[in-house]
Amino acid sequence: MLRRTLMTTAAAGLGLAILGGSAALAQDKTKACFVYVGTIGDGGWTQAHHTAVMKAQEHFGDAVEFQWQESVPEGADSERVMTQMALGGCNIIFTTSFGYMDPTNAIAAKFPNVKFEHATGFKREHPNVGIYNARFYEGRAIEGLIAGRMTQTNKIGYIASFPIPEVIMGINSYFLNAKKVNPDVELSVVWAYTWFDPGKEADAAKALMDAGVDVIAAHTDSTAALAEISKAGGKVIGFGQASDMAEYKPSPRVTSIIDDWSPYYIRQIQAVIDGNWTSEDTWDGIAQGTVGIGEFTGLPDEVTKEAEALRDAIAAGSYHPFTGPINKQDGSAWLAEGQTAPDGDLLGMNFFVEGITGEIPQ
Amino acid sequence: MLRLEKRPNPSKFWQYGTPVVAVALTMIVGGILFAFMGKNPVEVIRTIFWDPIFGEFAFYLRGQLLVKAGPLILIAIGLSLGFRAGIWNIGAEGQYIMGAICGAAVGLAVYPTESRLIFPAMVIAGALGGWAWAMIPAILKTRFNTNEILVSLMLVYVAQTILAKASTGFLKNPEGMGFPGSRNFSSFPAAANPELIAGTGIHWGVIAAFLVAIVGWVILSRHIIGFQIKLSGQAPRAARFHGVNPSRLVVLCMGVSGGLAGLAGLFEVTGPAGQISIDFNVGYGFTAIIVAFLGRLNPIGIVFAGILMALTYVGGEMAATNLGLPAAAIQVFQGMLLFFLLGVDVLTNFRIRTAILGVK
Repeated sequence: MLRRTLMTTAAAGLGLAILGGSAALAQDKTKACFVYVGTIGDGGWTQAHHTAVMKAQEHFGDAVEFQWQESVPEGADSERVMTQMALGGCNIIFTTSFGYMDPTNAIAAKFPNVKFEHATGFKREHPNVGIYNARFYEGRAIEGLIAGRMTQTNKIGYIASFPIPEVIMGINSYFLNAKKVNPDVELSVVWAYTWFDPGKEADAAKALMDAGVDVIAAHTDSTAALAEISKAGGKVIGFGQASDMAEYKPSPRVTSIIDDWSPYYIRQIQAVIDGNWTSEDTWDGIAQGTVGIGEFTGLPDEVTKEAEALRDAIAAGSYHPFTGPINKQDGSAWLAEGQTAPDGDLLGMNFFVEGITGEIPQ
Repeated sequence: MLRLEKRPNPSKFWQYGTPVVAVALTMIVGGILFAFMGKNPVEVIRTIFWDPIFGEFAFYLRGQLLVKAGPLILIAIGLSLGFRAGIWNIGAEGQYIMGAICGAAVGLAVYPTESRLIFPAMVIAGALGGWAWAMIPAILKTRFNTNEILVSLMLVYVAQTILAKASTGFLKNPEGMGFPGSRNFSSFPAAANPELIAGTGIHWGVIAAFLVAIVGWVILSRHIIGFQIKLSGQAPRAARFHGVNPSRLVVLCMGVSGGLAGLAGLFEVTGPAGQISIDFNVGYGFTAIIVAFLGRLNPIGIVFAGILMALTYVGGEMAATNLGLPAAAIQVFQGMLLFFLLGVDVLTNFRIRTAILGVK
């Protein structure tokens, strides 16, 4: 795959590798570096990663040096940033966005002594690349339950970013678990085609509310949707996404999915210090603390109790948000009675489940 | 008190002195900004301007400067022709995207061919894609007298939507497990645009940028078209008396700038970027506008301006990572460069006179 690039850059690559290696050896301190797609104050995805980095820094104290770079475009620029980090003596580099997948693998080939960890992708082409993600669909199930219980109009909404498995998985989990407690529920999906664009996110929330939707989940990173929802005068509720978004407590934000990467970061950095890091494919959820469920606020007691029970059941492994029987949107069978979704099916998910009326843009 | 007095002729000295003074002022004021942020200003400025060329990792970063400067130069030279004639193509970013999509589509359609002809075919398709996208504002202007600034800019957003469609739909990698993004050209050798000499960063796009700079210089200084372009910009009425057809000039300038932006996109997608993805465009089309003016709309000047701009990116990243500066501080620094350039530019056409209050 990468052979041609490797050969054309063989000399340079080798030079870089040796230099990267010696730079790492010359250092007594372990250096952990992070590539961010947004700003550390975006209120969502990148902020969640950076908060975890701060926690890790607190945990390790002076034993580990931390570096990060904000707003790195996905593509050629990220390759340069990773190379600079590797040359600068980073021992482990975390690349925290899907779009860094190919660049991470390309640079990892040139620096075999540096460990690379890529978030939310699927490619591990070299022994020094690990991948990690979180089972956000577990949190979506809890949001779905709340949506099904709380909606007055039986219309619930979802602000989706891009039609990729990660997002489709979240939509399906949200809908299935809403339908479980409220069979009349209807789901509207708006595709924003962005991860972070407060203007578009607010427009999407407004469009959903105009259509009569009164519970809105968002798969985009800013707080704009909640800000828009809060103008509805308490008739519409929503959820915090990636960060707690506690400033919208107790309502319209009734709970949140909080990404907490700190247990994972601390574990992996410790492994580098101990010299026993290995390439893994990690997919942690509520049980490991990577998917945090924010405090339930502004909900009736029985709904809060039900949501807490669902959270605990998922954490204990006694309930899987995708448990059959589930049909695909076209009516064909997907999961049989009692069967739970295999990880592979979820990671490549490109279909809506039965009952969702919209189509996935192709 | 200070007042401005119009010079009878533009100052030759300031025409060339402006960029130098602007860079110096940016360093000084930027340094003050960095000092207020608690950083050592000398260290920051050195990291941005010196380290990428002469520092410890210069062997790698010098090449990266060319990778970054290549598309900027290619697009800026195209834009400069139109800007000189008073034709404002602001939508090079969209033409860049469309060139990349069209060129990549041609290559991906025949995957996994090993024919040597495929890359040249993609280059042509890329240029045509950018050209066609620029023709929309050009023809709307010549037929219906619409404003090309607005139309070309709006078409950037249309192109971005098509890009999202391409990476999640019609150009999506069939082996990508449903994830967005096309196949990676690094695993498609016949269609790839690799680094030609290891460690230099030079790929076909960089070579094209330098060739276009030379051709652009010859056209502007020696060819009748270059004369017509300059004349239309400086004296539109005189140009008409001279027999210049304004519509033809609009179509020509928009077409050339669109085609070059498309080429830049094609070289980028097959080389450094490697694939069509949702966030493929990173603003080269807009930054090239700054580069064109920084280079005084002169092809040779643009080559230097492109490299200087690349330096602020590459060095800025180093400063951000190694010295812990926020990304926004680097963007402010780049903005200052344009601000001072435009500010100091006043001195080309005006001179500063000191006048005592009350005396005319």
